[in-house]
Amino acid sequence: MTDLSLSNQSIATKPAPPTEATAFRLPTQWIGVAPFFVFALMFLIMPTLYLVIGAFQTGEGGFTLDNVLQLVSDPSIANSYWVSIKISFWSAIVGAFAGLAIAVAIVRGGLPSWVRSATLTFSGVASNFAGLPLAFAFIATLGRVGIVTVLLRDIFNLNIYALGFNFLTTWGLIVVYLFFQIPLMVVIIVPAIDGLKKEWNEAAATLGATQWQYWRMVVIPVLFPSFLGTVILLFANAFGAIATAYAFAGPQLNIVPIKLYSQINGDVLHNPQLGYAIAFGMIVITGLANVFYIWFRTRSERWLK
Amino acid sequence: MKSGKFWAWVVFGIGTAYFFIPLLATFEFSLRMRRGVHSFDAYQVVLGDPRFQATFLYSVVAAIFTIILGVLIVVPAAYWIRLRLPQIRPVVEFITLLPLVIPAIVIVFGYIRMYGSNSPLPFLASDLGASALLVIGYATLALPYMYRAVDTGLRTIDVRTLTEAAQILGAGWGTIITRVILPNVLIAVLSGAFLTFAIVIGEFTMASLLNRPAFGPYLQNIGANRAYEPAALAIIAFAITWGCMSLIQILSRFAPKSANRPN
Repeated sequence: MTDLSLSNQSIATKPAPPTEATAFRLPTQWIGVAPFFVFALMFLIMPTLYLVIGAFQTGEGGFTLDNVLQLVSDPSIANSYWVSIKISFWSAIVGAFAGLAIAVAIVRGGLPSWVRSATLTFSGVASNFAGLPLAFAFIATLGRVGIVTVLLRDIFNLNIYALGFNFLTTWGLIVVYLFFQIPLMVVIIVPAIDGLKKEWNEAAATLGATQWQYWRMVVIPVLFPSFLGTVILLFANAFGAIATAYAFAGPQLNIVPIKLYSQINGDVLHNPQLGYAIAFGMIVITGLANVFYIWFRTRSERWLK
Repeated sequence: MKSGKFWAWVVFGIGTAYFFIPLLATFEFSLRMRRGVHSFDAYQVVLGDPRFQATFLYSVVAAIFTIILGVLIVVPAAYWIRLRLPQIRPVVEFITLLPLVIPAIVIVFGYIRMYGSNSPLPFLASDLGASALLVIGYATLALPYMYRAVDTGLRTIDVRTLTEAAQILGAGWGTIITRVILPNVLIAVLSGAFLTFAIVIGEFTMASLLNRPAFGPYLQNIGANRAYEPAALAIIAFAITWGCMSLIQILSRFAPKSANRPN
Protein backbone atom coordinates (compact mmCIF):
# COMPACT_ATOMS: atom_id res chain seq x y z
CA MET A 1 0.00 0.00 0.00
CA THR A 2 2.73 2.45 0.98
CA ASP A 3 4.54 1.55 -2.18
CA LEU A 4 1.57 2.50 -4.31
CA SER A 5 0.93 5.83 -2.69
CA LEU A 6 4.58 6.77 -2.88
CA SER A 7 4.73 5.98 -6.58
CA ASN A 8 1.95 8.47 -7.19
CA GLN A 9 2.73 11.80 -5.61
CA SER A 10 -0.59 13.39 -6.46
CA ILE A 11 -2.49 10.68 -4.61
CA ALA A 12 -0.04 10.65 -1.74
CA THR A 13 -0.64 14.30 -0.94
CA LYS A 14 -4.41 13.92 -0.80
CA PRO A 15 -6.43 12.45 2.08
CA ALA A 16 -5.99 8.69 2.02
CA PRO A 17 -8.88 7.01 0.20
CA PRO A 18 -10.45 3.81 1.51
CA THR A 19 -8.12 0.85 1.06
CA GLU A 20 -10.44 -1.15 -1.13
CA ALA A 21 -10.99 1.66 -3.57
CA THR A 22 -7.25 2.03 -4.03
CA ALA A 23 -6.92 -1.56 -5.07
CA PHE A 24 -9.51 -1.08 -7.80
CA ARG A 25 -8.42 2.33 -8.93
CA LEU A 26 -5.59 1.66 -11.32
CA PRO A 27 -7.65 0.15 -14.15
CA THR A 28 -10.50 2.64 -13.60
CA GLN A 29 -8.29 5.69 -13.26
CA TRP A 30 -8.98 6.72 -16.84
CA ILE A 31 -12.61 5.69 -17.09
CA GLY A 32 -14.05 9.18 -16.65
CA VAL A 33 -11.97 10.67 -19.43
CA ALA A 34 -12.15 7.62 -21.69
CA PRO A 35 -15.26 8.74 -23.64
CA PHE A 36 -13.65 12.12 -24.21
CA PHE A 37 -10.41 10.66 -25.54
CA VAL A 38 -12.13 8.04 -27.68
CA PHE A 39 -14.35 10.76 -29.17
CA ALA A 40 -11.46 13.15 -29.76
CA LEU A 41 -9.36 10.41 -31.37
CA MET A 42 -12.10 9.09 -33.63
CA PHE A 43 -13.73 12.31 -34.69
CA LEU A 44 -11.12 14.99 -34.39
CA ILE A 45 -7.58 13.68 -34.47
CA MET A 46 -7.78 10.63 -36.73
CA PRO A 47 -9.84 12.30 -39.52
CA THR A 48 -7.36 15.17 -39.53
CA LEU A 49 -4.34 12.84 -39.59
CA TYR A 50 -6.00 10.86 -42.37
CA LEU A 51 -6.06 13.99 -44.55
CA VAL A 52 -2.52 14.97 -43.58
CA ILE A 53 -1.20 11.52 -44.53
CA GLY A 54 -3.27 11.55 -47.72
CA ALA A 55 -1.67 14.84 -48.70
CA PHE A 56 1.68 13.02 -48.99
CA GLN A 57 0.40 10.00 -50.89
CA THR A 58 -0.14 9.22 -54.54
CA GLY A 59 -3.45 7.71 -55.65
CA GLU A 60 -1.80 4.28 -55.27
CA GLY A 61 -0.57 4.96 -51.76
CA GLY A 62 3.11 5.71 -52.42
CA PHE A 63 4.88 8.67 -50.85
CA THR A 64 4.97 11.91 -52.83
CA LEU A 65 5.46 15.61 -52.39
CA ASP A 66 3.70 16.45 -55.65
CA ASN A 67 0.33 17.28 -54.06
CA VAL A 68 1.79 19.71 -51.58
CA LEU A 69 4.08 21.28 -54.19
CA GLN A 70 1.09 21.77 -56.45
CA LEU A 71 -0.44 24.09 -53.85
CA VAL A 72 2.30 26.54 -54.75
CA SER A 73 2.80 25.77 -58.44
CA ASP A 74 -0.87 25.78 -59.46
CA PRO A 75 -1.61 29.50 -59.90
CA SER A 76 -5.32 29.16 -59.13
CA ILE A 77 -4.73 27.31 -55.84
CA ALA A 78 -1.82 29.52 -54.81
CA ASN A 79 -3.96 32.56 -55.54
CA SER A 80 -6.87 31.22 -53.45
CA TYR A 81 -4.50 30.79 -50.50
CA TRP A 82 -3.17 34.28 -50.98
CA VAL A 83 -6.66 35.83 -51.13
CA SER A 84 -7.77 33.86 -48.06
CA ILE A 85 -4.72 34.88 -46.08
CA LYS A 86 -5.18 38.53 -47.05
CA ILE A 87 -8.86 38.54 -46.06
CA SER A 88 -8.23 36.71 -42.79
CA PHE A 89 -5.21 38.80 -41.88
CA TRP A 90 -6.77 42.20 -42.52
CA SER A 91 -10.16 41.32 -41.06
CA ALA A 92 -8.34 40.07 -37.94
CA ILE A 93 -6.15 43.18 -37.66
CA VAL A 94 -8.89 45.73 -38.36
CA GLY A 95 -11.37 43.77 -36.25
CA ALA A 96 -8.91 43.53 -33.38
CA PHE A 97 -8.11 47.25 -33.27
CA ALA A 98 -11.72 48.31 -33.75
CA GLY A 99 -12.80 45.85 -31.06
CA LEU A 100 -10.06 47.09 -28.74
CA ALA A 101 -11.15 50.70 -29.32
CA ILE A 102 -14.76 49.84 -28.48
CA ALA A 103 -13.70 47.82 -25.44
CA VAL A 104 -11.53 50.64 -24.10
CA ALA A 105 -14.32 53.12 -24.80
CA ILE A 106 -16.93 51.19 -22.85
CA VAL A 107 -14.67 50.14 -19.97
CA ARG A 108 -12.47 53.21 -19.49
CA GLY A 109 -14.30 55.92 -21.41
CA GLY A 110 -16.59 57.02 -18.58
CA LEU A 111 -19.74 56.10 -20.50
CA PRO A 112 -22.91 55.27 -18.58
CA SER A 113 -23.03 51.69 -17.36
CA TRP A 114 -25.93 50.66 -19.60
CA VAL A 115 -23.66 51.29 -22.60
CA ARG A 116 -21.25 48.70 -21.31
CA SER A 117 -23.81 45.99 -20.61
CA ALA A 118 -25.73 46.66 -23.84
CA THR A 119 -22.51 46.49 -25.86
CA LEU A 120 -21.43 43.25 -24.20
CA THR A 121 -24.82 41.62 -24.77
CA PHE A 122 -24.90 42.74 -28.37
CA SER A 123 -21.32 41.58 -28.93
CA GLY A 124 -22.21 38.13 -27.64
CA VAL A 125 -25.00 37.95 -30.19
CA ALA A 126 -23.17 39.49 -33.14
CA SER A 127 -20.05 37.35 -32.65
CA ASN A 128 -22.27 34.32 -33.21
CA PHE A 129 -24.23 35.88 -36.04
CA ALA A 130 -22.22 34.60 -38.97
CA GLY A 131 -22.66 32.39 -41.95
CA LEU A 132 -25.55 32.69 -44.37
CA PRO A 133 -27.85 35.07 -42.45
CA LEU A 134 -24.99 37.57 -42.16
CA ALA A 135 -24.55 37.51 -45.92
CA PHE A 136 -28.30 37.99 -46.39
CA ALA A 137 -28.25 41.00 -44.10
CA PHE A 138 -25.43 42.63 -46.04
CA ILE A 139 -27.05 41.89 -49.39
CA ALA A 140 -30.23 43.60 -48.14
CA THR A 141 -28.10 46.56 -47.01
CA LEU A 142 -25.33 47.00 -49.56
CA GLY A 143 -26.41 44.67 -52.36
CA ARG A 144 -27.24 46.08 -55.76
CA VAL A 145 -30.78 46.97 -54.68
CA GLY A 146 -29.94 47.11 -50.95
CA ILE A 147 -31.46 49.81 -48.79
CA VAL A 148 -28.26 51.74 -48.18
CA THR A 149 -27.10 51.37 -51.78
CA VAL A 150 -30.38 52.85 -53.03
CA LEU A 151 -30.39 55.62 -50.41
CA LEU A 152 -26.85 56.66 -51.31
CA ARG A 153 -27.74 56.63 -54.98
CA ASP A 154 -31.01 58.60 -54.65
CA ILE A 155 -30.04 61.13 -52.01
CA PHE A 156 -26.31 61.63 -52.44
CA ASN A 157 -26.13 60.59 -56.08
CA LEU A 158 -23.41 58.14 -55.10
CA ASN A 159 -23.28 54.79 -56.87
CA ILE A 160 -21.03 52.63 -54.72
CA TYR A 161 -20.88 49.91 -57.36
CA ALA A 162 -19.63 52.41 -59.92
CA LEU A 163 -16.97 53.33 -57.36
CA GLY A 164 -15.78 49.74 -57.33
CA PHE A 165 -17.53 48.35 -54.27
CA ASN A 166 -18.31 44.66 -54.49
CA PHE A 167 -18.75 41.94 -51.88
CA LEU A 168 -16.50 39.69 -53.92
CA THR A 169 -13.45 41.90 -53.56
CA THR A 170 -11.07 41.42 -50.67
CA TRP A 171 -12.25 44.57 -48.92
CA GLY A 172 -15.90 43.79 -49.62
CA LEU A 173 -15.57 40.53 -47.70
CA ILE A 174 -13.52 42.16 -44.96
CA VAL A 175 -16.27 44.73 -44.33
CA VAL A 176 -18.74 41.86 -43.89
CA TYR A 177 -16.43 39.69 -41.77
CA LEU A 178 -15.87 42.60 -39.38
CA PHE A 179 -19.46 42.15 -38.28
CA PHE A 180 -18.45 39.06 -36.29
CA GLN A 181 -14.73 39.81 -35.87
CA ILE A 182 -15.13 43.08 -33.94
CA PRO A 183 -17.67 41.72 -31.41
CA LEU A 184 -15.55 38.62 -30.81
CA MET A 185 -12.63 40.88 -29.94
CA VAL A 186 -14.85 42.91 -27.60
CA VAL A 187 -16.15 39.80 -25.83
CA ILE A 188 -12.64 38.45 -25.20
CA ILE A 189 -10.70 41.63 -24.48
CA VAL A 190 -13.14 43.38 -22.09
CA PRO A 191 -12.35 40.95 -19.22
CA ALA A 192 -8.64 41.53 -19.88
CA ILE A 193 -9.09 45.31 -19.64
CA ASP A 194 -11.14 44.82 -16.49
CA GLY A 195 -8.11 43.02 -15.09
CA LEU A 196 -6.02 46.19 -15.25
CA LYS A 197 -5.96 47.44 -11.71
CA LYS A 198 -6.69 51.10 -10.97
CA GLU A 199 -3.76 51.06 -8.56
CA TRP A 200 -1.34 50.56 -11.45
CA ASN A 201 -2.48 53.79 -13.03
CA GLU A 202 -2.19 55.59 -9.68
CA ALA A 203 1.21 54.04 -8.99
CA ALA A 204 2.44 55.12 -12.41
CA ALA A 205 1.10 58.64 -11.86
CA THR A 206 2.77 58.82 -8.44
CA LEU A 207 6.08 57.92 -10.04
CA GLY A 208 5.56 60.79 -12.46
CA ALA A 209 4.52 58.85 -15.54
CA THR A 210 2.44 60.55 -18.16
CA GLN A 211 -0.74 58.91 -19.36
CA TRP A 212 1.08 57.92 -22.55
CA GLN A 213 3.89 56.29 -20.55
CA TYR A 214 1.33 54.43 -18.45
CA TRP A 215 -0.21 53.03 -21.62
CA ARG A 216 3.08 52.21 -23.30
CA MET A 217 4.80 50.65 -20.29
CA VAL A 218 1.93 49.12 -18.34
CA VAL A 219 -1.27 48.65 -20.30
CA ILE A 220 0.11 47.47 -23.63
CA PRO A 221 2.56 44.89 -22.18
CA VAL A 222 -0.15 43.50 -19.91
CA LEU A 223 -2.81 43.30 -22.60
CA PHE A 224 -0.51 42.19 -25.38
CA PRO A 225 -0.68 38.39 -24.92
CA SER A 226 -4.47 38.25 -24.79
CA PHE A 227 -4.71 40.77 -27.61
CA LEU A 228 -2.39 38.78 -29.83
CA GLY A 229 -4.12 35.53 -28.91
CA THR A 230 -7.43 36.99 -29.98
CA VAL A 231 -5.96 38.25 -33.26
CA ILE A 232 -4.86 34.67 -34.00
CA LEU A 233 -8.31 33.41 -33.09
CA LEU A 234 -9.91 35.98 -35.39
CA PHE A 235 -7.54 34.97 -38.16
CA ALA A 236 -8.48 31.29 -37.87
CA ASN A 237 -12.13 32.29 -37.56
CA ALA A 238 -12.06 34.12 -40.89
CA PHE A 239 -9.78 31.61 -42.58
CA GLY A 240 -12.19 28.71 -42.13
CA ALA A 241 -15.36 30.72 -42.79
CA ILE A 242 -17.13 29.61 -45.92
CA ALA A 243 -20.90 30.09 -45.69
CA THR A 244 -20.91 33.91 -45.84
CA ALA A 245 -18.70 34.05 -48.92
CA TYR A 246 -20.59 31.16 -50.49
CA ALA A 247 -23.88 33.04 -50.13
CA PHE A 248 -22.45 35.99 -52.07
CA ALA A 249 -21.13 34.15 -55.07
CA GLY A 250 -21.65 30.42 -54.81
CA PRO A 251 -18.62 28.39 -55.81
CA GLN A 252 -17.03 31.06 -58.01
CA LEU A 253 -15.22 33.03 -55.36
CA ASN A 254 -11.60 31.93 -55.21
CA ILE A 255 -10.82 31.49 -51.52
CA VAL A 256 -9.39 28.30 -50.02
CA PRO A 257 -12.41 26.99 -48.10
CA ILE A 258 -14.66 27.40 -51.14
CA LYS A 259 -12.06 25.73 -53.35
CA LEU A 260 -11.94 22.80 -50.91
CA TYR A 261 -15.74 22.74 -50.76
CA SER A 262 -16.01 22.42 -54.54
CA GLN A 263 -13.29 19.80 -54.55
CA ILE A 264 -15.08 17.68 -51.93
CA ASN A 265 -18.38 18.02 -53.76
CA GLY A 266 -17.21 17.23 -57.25
CA ASP A 267 -13.45 16.70 -57.56
CA VAL A 268 -13.17 19.83 -59.70
CA LEU A 269 -9.37 19.57 -59.63
CA HIS A 270 -9.50 16.02 -61.06
CA ASN A 271 -7.12 14.74 -58.42
CA PRO A 272 -8.57 13.50 -55.10
CA GLN A 273 -5.16 13.66 -53.41
CA LEU A 274 -4.95 17.36 -54.15
CA GLY A 275 -8.01 17.88 -51.93
CA TYR A 276 -6.05 16.37 -49.02
CA ALA A 277 -3.19 18.70 -49.77
CA ILE A 278 -5.47 21.76 -49.70
CA ALA A 279 -6.88 20.65 -46.33
CA PHE A 280 -3.34 20.04 -45.08
CA GLY A 281 -2.34 23.54 -46.20
CA MET A 282 -5.23 25.03 -44.25
CA ILE A 283 -4.22 23.21 -41.08
CA VAL A 284 -0.60 24.28 -41.55
CA ILE A 285 -1.58 27.94 -41.84
CA THR A 286 -3.89 28.05 -38.81
CA GLY A 287 -1.43 25.82 -36.94
CA LEU A 288 1.51 28.11 -37.75
CA ALA A 289 -0.50 31.08 -36.55
CA ASN A 290 -0.95 29.32 -33.22
CA VAL A 291 2.69 28.31 -32.92
CA PHE A 292 3.60 31.92 -33.54
CA TYR A 293 1.17 32.95 -30.81
CA ILE A 294 2.54 30.47 -28.26
CA TRP A 295 6.10 31.55 -29.03
CA PHE A 296 5.18 35.21 -28.63
CA ARG A 297 3.27 34.55 -25.48
CA THR A 298 6.11 32.75 -23.74
CA ARG A 299 8.38 35.64 -24.70
CA SER A 300 6.03 38.27 -23.33
CA GLU A 301 5.32 36.26 -20.18
CA ARG A 302 9.02 36.20 -19.51
CA TRP A 303 8.98 39.97 -19.64
CA LEU A 304 6.02 40.16 -17.33
CA LYS A 305 7.74 38.20 -14.58
CA MET B 1 -10.74 63.25 -19.01
CA LYS B 2 -13.39 65.35 -20.80
CA SER B 3 -11.83 64.67 -24.22
CA GLY B 4 -11.52 60.98 -23.30
CA LYS B 5 -15.23 60.81 -22.77
CA PHE B 6 -15.85 62.59 -26.04
CA TRP B 7 -13.75 60.08 -27.96
CA ALA B 8 -15.42 57.19 -26.15
CA TRP B 9 -18.78 58.45 -27.42
CA VAL B 10 -17.37 58.86 -30.93
CA VAL B 11 -16.06 55.28 -30.97
CA PHE B 12 -19.30 53.98 -29.55
CA GLY B 13 -21.31 55.96 -32.10
CA ILE B 14 -19.33 54.66 -35.08
CA GLY B 15 -19.63 51.12 -33.77
CA THR B 16 -23.36 51.49 -33.26
CA ALA B 17 -23.78 52.80 -36.81
CA TYR B 18 -21.77 49.94 -38.32
CA PHE B 19 -23.73 47.31 -36.44
CA PHE B 20 -27.22 48.76 -36.52
CA ILE B 21 -27.48 50.07 -40.07
CA PRO B 22 -27.25 46.57 -41.62
CA LEU B 23 -29.76 45.20 -39.12
CA LEU B 24 -32.25 48.03 -39.63
CA ALA B 25 -31.78 47.94 -43.40
CA THR B 26 -32.33 44.18 -43.43
CA PHE B 27 -35.49 44.54 -41.41
CA GLU B 28 -36.77 47.30 -43.68
CA PHE B 29 -35.88 45.23 -46.74
CA SER B 30 -37.73 42.20 -45.37
CA LEU B 31 -40.94 44.26 -45.17
CA ARG B 32 -40.92 45.24 -48.84
CA MET B 33 -42.23 42.10 -50.46
CA ARG B 34 -45.60 43.67 -51.32
CA ARG B 35 -45.12 46.58 -53.68
CA GLY B 36 -45.60 50.04 -52.24
CA VAL B 37 -46.46 49.11 -48.66
CA HIS B 38 -44.69 47.57 -45.72
CA SER B 39 -45.95 44.11 -44.88
CA PHE B 40 -44.88 40.92 -43.15
CA ASP B 41 -45.52 38.93 -46.33
CA ALA B 42 -41.94 37.67 -46.55
CA TYR B 43 -42.19 36.27 -43.02
CA GLN B 44 -45.52 34.64 -43.83
CA VAL B 45 -44.11 33.03 -46.94
CA VAL B 46 -41.05 31.78 -45.08
CA LEU B 47 -42.84 30.47 -42.01
CA GLY B 48 -45.53 28.83 -44.16
CA ASP B 49 -43.00 27.05 -46.35
CA PRO B 50 -43.11 23.32 -45.52
CA ARG B 51 -39.41 23.03 -46.36
CA PHE B 52 -38.67 25.72 -43.77
CA GLN B 53 -40.60 23.80 -41.16
CA ALA B 54 -39.03 20.45 -42.05
CA THR B 55 -35.43 21.69 -42.20
CA PHE B 56 -35.78 23.85 -39.11
CA LEU B 57 -37.20 20.92 -37.17
CA TYR B 58 -34.35 18.73 -38.41
CA SER B 59 -31.77 21.25 -37.21
CA VAL B 60 -33.47 21.69 -33.84
CA VAL B 61 -33.42 17.93 -33.29
CA ALA B 62 -29.79 17.77 -34.43
CA ALA B 63 -28.94 20.57 -32.00
CA ILE B 64 -30.64 18.76 -29.11
CA PHE B 65 -28.73 15.55 -29.83
CA THR B 66 -25.53 17.56 -30.17
CA ILE B 67 -26.09 19.05 -26.73
CA ILE B 68 -26.80 15.63 -25.20
CA LEU B 69 -23.69 14.13 -26.83
CA GLY B 70 -21.59 17.11 -25.76
CA VAL B 71 -22.74 16.82 -22.15
CA LEU B 72 -22.11 13.06 -22.10
CA ILE B 73 -18.54 13.56 -23.29
CA VAL B 74 -17.56 16.75 -21.52
CA VAL B 75 -19.13 16.53 -18.05
CA PRO B 76 -17.55 13.22 -16.97
CA ALA B 77 -14.19 14.25 -18.44
CA ALA B 78 -14.13 17.69 -16.83
CA TYR B 79 -15.29 16.22 -13.51
CA TRP B 80 -12.75 13.44 -13.55
CA ILE B 81 -9.92 15.83 -14.36
CA ARG B 82 -10.81 18.01 -11.38
CA LEU B 83 -11.15 15.01 -9.12
CA ARG B 84 -8.42 12.58 -10.13
CA LEU B 85 -6.32 13.63 -13.09
CA PRO B 86 -5.40 17.30 -12.81
CA GLN B 87 -2.09 16.44 -14.48
CA ILE B 88 -3.75 15.78 -17.85
CA ARG B 89 -5.67 19.07 -17.87
CA PRO B 90 -3.27 20.77 -20.33
CA VAL B 91 -3.67 17.88 -22.80
CA VAL B 92 -7.46 18.01 -22.61
CA GLU B 93 -7.54 21.79 -22.88
CA PHE B 94 -5.32 21.58 -25.93
CA ILE B 95 -7.64 19.04 -27.57
CA THR B 96 -10.74 21.11 -26.81
CA LEU B 97 -9.10 24.07 -28.55
CA LEU B 98 -8.30 22.11 -31.71
CA PRO B 99 -11.72 22.74 -33.32
CA LEU B 100 -10.89 26.45 -33.26
CA VAL B 101 -7.68 25.71 -35.18
CA ILE B 102 -8.86 23.02 -37.60
CA PRO B 103 -11.55 24.50 -39.85
CA ALA B 104 -14.92 22.74 -39.84
CA ILE B 105 -14.63 21.99 -43.54
CA VAL B 106 -11.40 20.06 -42.93
CA ILE B 107 -12.97 18.03 -40.12
CA VAL B 108 -15.98 17.08 -42.22
CA PHE B 109 -13.74 16.27 -45.19
CA GLY B 110 -11.90 13.83 -42.94
CA TYR B 111 -15.22 12.26 -41.93
CA ILE B 112 -16.30 11.82 -45.54
CA ARG B 113 -13.09 10.01 -46.39
CA MET B 114 -12.81 7.97 -43.17
CA TYR B 115 -16.41 6.96 -42.65
CA GLY B 116 -17.60 6.52 -46.25
CA SER B 117 -19.79 3.62 -47.39
CA ASN B 118 -16.80 1.34 -48.01
CA SER B 119 -14.97 2.03 -44.77
CA PRO B 120 -14.90 -0.25 -41.70
CA LEU B 121 -17.23 2.19 -39.93
CA PRO B 122 -19.67 3.14 -42.71
CA PHE B 123 -21.51 6.05 -41.10
CA LEU B 124 -22.35 7.45 -44.52
CA ALA B 125 -23.94 4.25 -45.82
CA SER B 126 -27.33 5.13 -44.28
CA ASP B 127 -29.35 8.28 -43.68
CA LEU B 128 -29.40 7.69 -39.95
CA GLY B 129 -25.66 7.14 -39.90
CA ALA B 130 -25.04 10.35 -41.82
CA SER B 131 -27.27 12.27 -39.40
CA ALA B 132 -25.38 10.72 -36.50
CA LEU B 133 -22.13 11.85 -38.11
CA LEU B 134 -23.54 15.37 -38.46
CA VAL B 135 -24.40 15.42 -34.75
CA ILE B 136 -20.89 14.16 -33.97
CA GLY B 137 -19.40 16.86 -36.17
CA TYR B 138 -21.47 19.52 -34.43
CA ALA B 139 -20.35 18.18 -31.06
CA THR B 140 -16.71 18.70 -32.09
CA LEU B 141 -17.52 22.26 -33.21
CA ALA B 142 -19.16 22.92 -29.84
CA LEU B 143 -16.41 21.20 -27.84
CA PRO B 144 -14.39 24.36 -27.00
CA TYR B 145 -17.46 26.20 -25.72
CA MET B 146 -19.01 23.26 -23.91
CA TYR B 147 -15.78 22.33 -22.15
CA ARG B 148 -15.08 25.88 -21.05
CA ALA B 149 -18.64 26.37 -19.77
CA VAL B 150 -18.64 23.13 -17.77
CA ASP B 151 -15.13 23.66 -16.42
CA THR B 152 -16.07 27.15 -15.24
CA GLY B 153 -19.13 25.68 -13.53
CA LEU B 154 -17.08 22.99 -11.80
CA ARG B 155 -14.65 25.60 -10.54
CA THR B 156 -17.37 27.16 -8.38
CA ILE B 157 -18.20 23.95 -6.51
CA ASP B 158 -16.12 21.79 -4.25
CA VAL B 159 -15.95 18.67 -6.39
CA ARG B 160 -13.90 16.59 -3.99
CA THR B 161 -15.97 17.21 -0.87
CA LEU B 162 -19.24 16.65 -2.72
CA THR B 163 -17.94 13.41 -4.16
CA GLU B 164 -16.63 12.13 -0.84
CA ALA B 165 -19.87 13.06 0.91
CA ALA B 166 -21.87 11.20 -1.72
CA GLN B 167 -19.56 8.19 -1.48
CA ILE B 168 -19.94 8.07 2.30
CA LEU B 169 -23.69 8.01 1.79
CA GLY B 170 -23.20 5.02 -0.50
CA ALA B 171 -23.65 6.60 -3.93
CA GLY B 172 -22.11 4.98 -7.01
CA TRP B 173 -20.36 6.90 -9.81
CA GLY B 174 -23.53 7.14 -11.94
CA THR B 175 -25.48 8.60 -9.04
CA ILE B 176 -22.70 11.02 -8.13
CA ILE B 177 -22.46 12.42 -11.64
CA THR B 178 -26.16 12.58 -12.47
CA ARG B 179 -27.58 13.51 -9.06
CA VAL B 180 -24.81 15.46 -7.35
CA ILE B 181 -22.43 16.99 -9.89
CA LEU B 182 -24.76 17.64 -12.81
CA PRO B 183 -27.40 19.56 -10.82
CA ASN B 184 -24.64 21.72 -9.36
CA VAL B 185 -23.26 22.66 -12.75
CA LEU B 186 -26.62 22.68 -14.51
CA ILE B 187 -26.54 26.40 -15.19
CA ALA B 188 -23.09 26.17 -16.72
CA VAL B 189 -24.18 23.18 -18.80
CA LEU B 190 -27.27 25.07 -19.99
CA SER B 191 -25.14 28.07 -20.96
CA GLY B 192 -22.98 25.77 -23.05
CA ALA B 193 -26.14 24.18 -24.45
CA PHE B 194 -27.66 27.44 -25.66
CA LEU B 195 -24.38 28.52 -27.19
CA THR B 196 -24.20 25.15 -28.96
CA PHE B 197 -27.74 25.68 -30.20
CA ALA B 198 -26.89 29.10 -31.61
CA ILE B 199 -23.83 27.72 -33.41
CA VAL B 200 -25.51 24.63 -34.79
CA ILE B 201 -28.91 25.85 -35.91
CA GLY B 202 -27.90 27.54 -39.16
CA GLU B 203 -24.63 25.69 -39.76
CA PHE B 204 -24.03 25.23 -43.48
CA THR B 205 -20.71 23.58 -44.31
CA MET B 206 -21.04 20.25 -42.50
CA ALA B 207 -24.75 19.81 -43.22
CA SER B 208 -24.26 20.56 -46.88
CA LEU B 209 -21.24 18.30 -47.39
CA LEU B 210 -22.90 15.43 -45.53
CA ASN B 211 -25.97 16.07 -47.68
CA ARG B 212 -28.37 16.48 -44.74
CA PRO B 213 -31.79 18.20 -45.06
CA ALA B 214 -30.83 20.80 -42.43
CA PHE B 215 -31.66 24.48 -42.01
CA GLY B 216 -28.28 25.72 -43.30
CA PRO B 217 -28.56 24.21 -46.80
CA TYR B 218 -32.17 25.43 -46.94
CA LEU B 219 -31.01 28.98 -46.14
CA GLN B 220 -28.44 28.72 -48.92
CA ASN B 221 -31.07 27.56 -51.37
CA ILE B 222 -33.46 30.41 -50.51
CA GLY B 223 -30.61 32.92 -50.59
CA ALA B 224 -29.67 31.89 -54.10
CA ASN B 225 -33.22 32.00 -55.48
CA ARG B 226 -35.31 34.62 -53.68
CA ALA B 227 -35.15 38.34 -53.03
CA TYR B 228 -37.03 39.24 -49.85
CA GLU B 229 -37.22 35.94 -48.00
CA PRO B 230 -33.48 35.86 -47.21
CA ALA B 231 -33.81 39.20 -45.41
CA ALA B 232 -36.68 37.81 -43.35
CA LEU B 233 -34.63 34.69 -42.61
CA ALA B 234 -31.67 36.83 -41.54
CA ILE B 235 -33.91 38.66 -39.06
CA ILE B 236 -35.31 35.35 -37.79
CA ALA B 237 -31.79 33.92 -37.41
CA PHE B 238 -30.66 37.05 -35.57
CA ALA B 239 -33.66 36.75 -33.25
CA ILE B 240 -32.81 33.11 -32.52
CA THR B 241 -29.18 33.97 -31.74
CA TRP B 242 -30.34 36.86 -29.58
CA GLY B 243 -32.74 34.55 -27.74
CA CYS B 244 -30.00 32.02 -27.00
CA MET B 245 -27.61 34.70 -25.73
CA SER B 246 -30.31 36.30 -23.57
CA LEU B 247 -31.11 32.96 -22.00
CA ILE B 248 -27.42 32.51 -21.18
CA GLN B 249 -27.36 35.96 -19.56
CA ILE B 250 -30.49 35.28 -17.55
CA LEU B 251 -29.09 31.93 -16.44
CA SER B 252 -25.81 33.49 -15.37
CA ARG B 253 -27.70 35.51 -12.77
CA PHE B 254 -28.62 32.26 -11.06
CA ALA B 255 -25.10 30.87 -11.19
CA PRO B 256 -23.18 30.75 -7.91
CA LYS B 257 -21.09 33.91 -7.75
CA SER B 258 -18.21 33.09 -5.48
CA ALA B 259 -15.81 30.23 -5.84
CA ASN B 260 -15.69 28.09 -2.74
CA ARG B 261 -12.22 27.00 -3.59
CA PRO B 262 -9.37 28.77 -5.27
CA ASN B 263 -8.51 27.33 -8.69
